[in-house]
Amino acid sequence: MVPLSLAATGETVGQKSGVINIGLEGCLMVGAYTAMAVALDTKNPFLACGAGLLAGLVLALLFGWFTVVRAQDQVVVGTAINLFAMGLTLALFQSRFSQSGSLLSVPGLPEFAGKVDIVMCLVPVFVGLAWYAINRTTWGLALRAAGEAPKALEASGFSAYALRLQGVAVSGALGGLAGAYLTVGLTGSYAPGITAGRGFVAIAMVTFGRWKPFWVAMATLLVGFADSLQYELQASGLPVPYQLLKALPYVVALVVLIIVGSGRDVPRALGQPFRRSK
Amino acid sequence: MKRGIITALGLVLVLALTLLAFGVPVLPGLQLLAEGAFGDKFAISRTLVRATPLLLTALGMTVAWRTGVFNIGGEGQYIMGAISGAAVARVLSEPASPLWTVLMLVAAAIGGGLYAALAGWLYVKRGVEIVISTILLNFIAIQILGWVVEGPLKERAGKVPQTDSIPEAAMLFKFDRQMDLHVGVIIALLMAGAVYLLMYRSRLGFLFRVTGDNRRAARANRIPADRLQIQAMAISGGLCGLAGGVQYLGVVGRLGTSFPQQWGFLGIPVALLGGLHPVGVVFASVYFGALFAGSDQLSRFTPAGASLVYVIQAAAVLGFVAIGTMRWGTKASASPDSETSEEDVSTSPA
Repeated sequence: MVPLSLAATGETVGQKSGVINIGLEGCLMVGAYTAMAVALDTKNPFLACGAGLLAGLVLALLFGWFTVVRAQDQVVVGTAINLFAMGLTLALFQSRFSQSGSLLSVPGLPEFAGKVDIVMCLVPVFVGLAWYAINRTTWGLALRAAGEAPKALEASGFSAYALRLQGVAVSGALGGLAGAYLTVGLTGSYAPGITAGRGFVAIAMVTFGRWKPFWVAMATLLVGFADSLQYELQASGLPVPYQLLKALPYVVALVVLIIVGSGRDVPRALGQPFRRSK
Repeated sequence: MKRGIITALGLVLVLALTLLAFGVPVLPGLQLLAEGAFGDKFAISRTLVRATPLLLTALGMTVAWRTGVFNIGGEGQYIMGAISGAAVARVLSEPASPLWTVLMLVAAAIGGGLYAALAGWLYVKRGVEIVISTILLNFIAIQILGWVVEGPLKERAGKVPQTDSIPEAAMLFKFDRQMDLHVGVIIALLMAGAVYLLMYRSRLGFLFRVTGDNRRAARANRIPADRLQIQAMAISGGLCGLAGGVQYLGVVGRLGTSFPQQWGFLGIPVALLGGLHPVGVVFASVYFGALFAGSDQLSRFTPAGASLVYVIQAAAVLGFVAIGTMRWGTKASASPDSETSEEDVSTSPA
């Protein structure tokens, strides 16, 4: 659930600025791949995390160039970005390790006090920072304005483009870090498809958590909880189909969305390209 | 027409550049791809078998996206279609006959259609964004598949989590015993014709396109945009469900957890590169079917095979977005749609 929380926290910041980074899954993929490659080459898991973060950031900026600067459709570009990341990481993996090496061990992050590592400790910090930045700073106010009323924001002298790009950058960086953590933290290994749709889940969790960093984090905890329960259930041999339990967080998220509808929390300009009138 | 030629040339250019980027010599690479995709009747058969699910899901995306609903749940609808087919197969009594096939395909289309209509209904009635709901429904479908192949639809003999295999008599007709090519390719082409007639020669299709171009203007002209978008989702999901059914009955014959092969997802770029038009989509799906079929041949130069096709698809979509020759979706999203939909929910019971 650490990667999911990281990705969802970043995506919250991005969506607050009015951009749904559908390419988040792709950011996780390139983050995971880059972290694996760097960890193997340098044997340094911290460097690997940094590299993964950067890779996610770069991909998100590409997404941002299309969707913010060129004001193209976010769903179209996001889908293409995901496909691009999927193809690129798979092709690079196959070129480097041939078809055979399906599961690769990579040096993991050092753990202390049992099963805790540095990125895990950073999750609440990031959640807190996201909350503080969004709600208690001028930058956050401007960011929210970019997601609510970009025209009004521009009228008061800010650049909606810049703020949206910054929002996208945060989502990509945390998405990349989330991907990196998948390889060097959670599993200590890499295989194609390691992200397993976590980026998409994170996007859904942002809506589930009503665009509030704390509640988004709680939503990801619920998914993590259901995920771990599934293993317990399988081990206990109870006749409960564990797949249905695994589907539970998604069903709960959907039910919550049905009950609250789009509600009042959704940034009003979310998903809409903004074009400066000439 | 002109746009079609530019697109085709662009696609070949992107292909050549991708080969270059991965260190594959361009001309020999292209030649190998062409041989693998069209070299003999087996190659052509491979190409068409891969193009079939792409064509069906891309047609589904065309109907929905043209109506202004960004269905990205093709994968879930594809899975639910196949599951519906398998459920029907379970209750049908022996002996197997082509009637089975028809019933299973109809069930697949209905299953996928209902699953998509659910997302459309939630959007219209409760304002749940299609993008989010279809993502969630994709994951739910994957888990449902995992559950049914271990639970209610698990094979009667054995312990493997998969469904019983479909009797040969109920599989889709194959033209030649030596080849994979099945009659599903004809079904897919017929559907392309049907989608063309629907979108460009019928009143309903006209209303779909008007709604997709400008939802607000449509509503102002008393066009029931809400109902139309649900219908478009149902048709879209029906086509994706049918794709699942066709793949199930034409290729795999039984369902397991490895059944989802991203065909539902790949329908999106194919539909976009086909210009969201049924004729363009036919060409785009054959092109990418050919790339998937031919990419195995590249192993002489690079261990990266089908993954290159994903890169090509993505680079092509991004390339066309960048040079702005295609403006899909921008018209629909240029109107402040989320504002209107919020209004819809609160003010008009329609």
